Amino acid sequence: MAHTATAADTHHDAHAHEHHGPQGILKYLWSTDHKMIAMQYLFTGIAMGLIGAYMAYVFRMQTAFPGVNVPGFGQVSPGEYNSLITNHGTIMIFWVAMPVLVAAFGNFLIPLMIGADDMVFPRINRLSYQVFLLSAIVLIVSFFVPGGGFGGAWTAYPPLSAVAEYNQTNLGSSLWLLAVALEFVAFLLGGINFITTLMNSRAPGMRAYDIPLVCWMIVIASILFMLSVGPLIAGAVMLFFDQTLGTGFYDPARGGDPVLWQHLFWFFGHPEVYVVLLPAIGITIDVIATFARKKVFGYKLMLYTTVATGVLSFFVWAHHQFIAGIDPRMANVFTITTLLISVPIAELCFVIIATLYGGSIRLTTPMLWALAFMAEFLIGGVTGIFLGASGADIYFHDTYFVLAHFHYTFFPIAIIGTFAAFTYWFPKMFGRMMNDTLGKIHFWGTIIPFNIIFIPLFVLGIGGEHRRIYNYEHFPELAGEGMFMLRQIATVALLVMLIFQVVFFYNCYVSWKKGEKAGKNPWKANTLEWTTESPPPHGNWPEGLPNVYRGPYEYGHPDRKEDYWPQNQPS
Amino acid sequence: MAFPKPQATLRSATGIPTGRLAVWWLLASEVVIFGGVLGSYLMHRLGHPEWAEAASHTNTWIGAFNTFVLLTSSFTAVLAHQAAEKGDGKKAAGFLVLTIGGALTFLMVKSYEWTVEILEGFTITANGFWSFYYTAAGLHALHVIAGAIIMGIVAADAYRGRELQRVELIGIYWHFVDVVWIFLFPLLYIAK
Repeated sequence: MAHTATAADTHHDAHAHEHHGPQGILKYLWSTDHKMIAMQYLFTGIAMGLIGAYMAYVFRMQTAFPGVNVPGFGQVSPGEYNSLITNHGTIMIFWVAMPVLVAAFGNFLIPLMIGADDMVFPRINRLSYQVFLLSAIVLIVSFFVPGGGFGGAWTAYPPLSAVAEYNQTNLGSSLWLLAVALEFVAFLLGGINFITTLMNSRAPGMRAYDIPLVCWMIVIASILFMLSVGPLIAGAVMLFFDQTLGTGFYDPARGGDPVLWQHLFWFFGHPEVYVVLLPAIGITIDVIATFARKKVFGYKLMLYTTVATGVLSFFVWAHHQFIAGIDPRMANVFTITTLLISVPIAELCFVIIATLYGGSIRLTTPMLWALAFMAEFLIGGVTGIFLGASGADIYFHDTYFVLAHFHYTFFPIAIIGTFAAFTYWFPKMFGRMMNDTLGKIHFWGTIIPFNIIFIPLFVLGIGGEHRRIYNYEHFPELAGEGMFMLRQIATVALLVMLIFQVVFFYNCYVSWKKGEKAGKNPWKANTLEWTTESPPPHGNWPEGLPNVYRGPYEYGHPDRKEDYWPQNQPS
Repeated sequence: MAFPKPQATLRSATGIPTGRLAVWWLLASEVVIFGGVLGSYLMHRLGHPEWAEAASHTNTWIGAFNTFVLLTSSFTAVLAHQAAEKGDGKKAAGFLVLTIGGALTFLMVKSYEWTVEILEGFTITANGFWSFYYTAAGLHALHVIAGAIIMGIVAADAYRGRELQRVELIGIYWHFVDVVWIFLFPLLYIAK
């Protein structure tokens, strides 16, 4: 069988895989190629994202118009409402943000950006995706078992999550927990791969400070994940025993302690925010350097700041527990560490602004997404200050203010960051350019409704609206006409935003079929992935792996005619 | 069919072989898992002095015997590594089989011990101490089982002279399993 790929059939070749790979339908499940695994993660993540968005649509309709017959779902019962909000949170964090930002882009970018032909452990990589797929299936199955899906919030606080008489979802909660645990196993396997690949498989000549920041960020995120998830795995085993065997780890009546779960959960849960944030910041800085045609301001500063953020992120978890009855002196300590962590994050923002300053900025679609990430994430960060200070948090805790705050962090991370990356690397992934006009329509159609959804929720939160309530009509002080109007504005904006996503999928389809051929380096960028074909063939550089001669951000060098200087060019 | 390794697997920018690097990172993630269990146990134990009564029912002699078994099996794992360094795959496989024997002895003693305890009514739901006792030791026992299975695969390869570097890697993992037990033994058996 011929496998001498010419330029014309590389596109076909990347899909058909190599002669020794599995053939037929199996190649999509059984491939060890890092690009194929990246696509598997990406498409599974997008599919799960659609499920999560559908859930948001259903429960927002119920919140804004209590008792309405939701088109495409029907009447929402209280149990279903709880299950929807719980699984919306779980899915968006563990089955969308993690697989897309860390696993999909980590898999696609790390070997290509450091000049390797694959991950160091391709079969472990494949196993990682298979376990992840299994976890997604288990989670989806858990919605349809007798009793329905788990409804005890994504934080799964015991005793509600531990005792079936309370949560009424005997099987659903155990399957939910099993799915989350499997997902952790998948990312531990993937994380070890990312870390060792970056450490050991760099192209000859590539020093630590020549690695593109997005690779650093994904790897630092993987390290954070590995070092924080362990206690929660242990805690999940204990919760599973509480659910199934009747132990009392979290049951005060049997010598247990429900706050223990909160510690174990948030010791992971807070670093988890940074696990997904760091790749998004890395994507942003790479996109901004390319489209500002300027060297990143303070590469090392950025790197060290990221490490500092990672270290600090292990010492802030208890700010989620200010009203859980922890010692007020302890609350002071965690207030201080929480406010401290805003310093390195602010520094990252300043680095990005300083990179933009004086650049020749090109407002392409990916650049718009990257800039929007900065702007929207800042709102999320600034509102976080209110919640990090224990005094203010006692009032704001568990209100829609918290909800709006973390959606202003997670939406920019998981959605805006992903769109920045997707539109930037689409030409590399599929070999064709995306339509810029459609891209910009989709951009504005997403960003404007996003703000209209969540700004009213800040207002409602300050007004005392509690989270996780099925029907606000039952609470006279929350059922005023003005409050319902704000809820309805948010819900209508959500519908508008969801409709605009059709533009995105249409654009993907049209560009994938008929888009202009991208060539190797459509953005005139420096990093190594732009030195091979689009899409890259099996083995990434069939004519030989590249060498590296300089850092990734040499834009606008005064001695050169071209304003970019690829990492693999000797001079 | 042998899996064709990509060039990425064979590179070593740090000078540390990739396999060893990966095992150390794996152990780093394991340390925090056991850290979570043991940290939770310690906090509860300090808050519940009455658990000492439950702990007094554990059999220290059986625990000590199992400690001895695991330590000895770590010794044979080192001998296997030494043989693998010299390129003697058959000898390395032999020592690995001895190590597996240690693992099986440990597990058999453990099952006897648990059977006796469960028949006496000290089940996982008896009280907080016994919940932690079975959870922590059970999690450890799972690692012993996993280690023994992987060691069997590595030994089969080593016997044919293939992938000899893996003898060292499974040895590192086995030492870790050993070290975890060194923490569990005093915390669950000696502290009464």
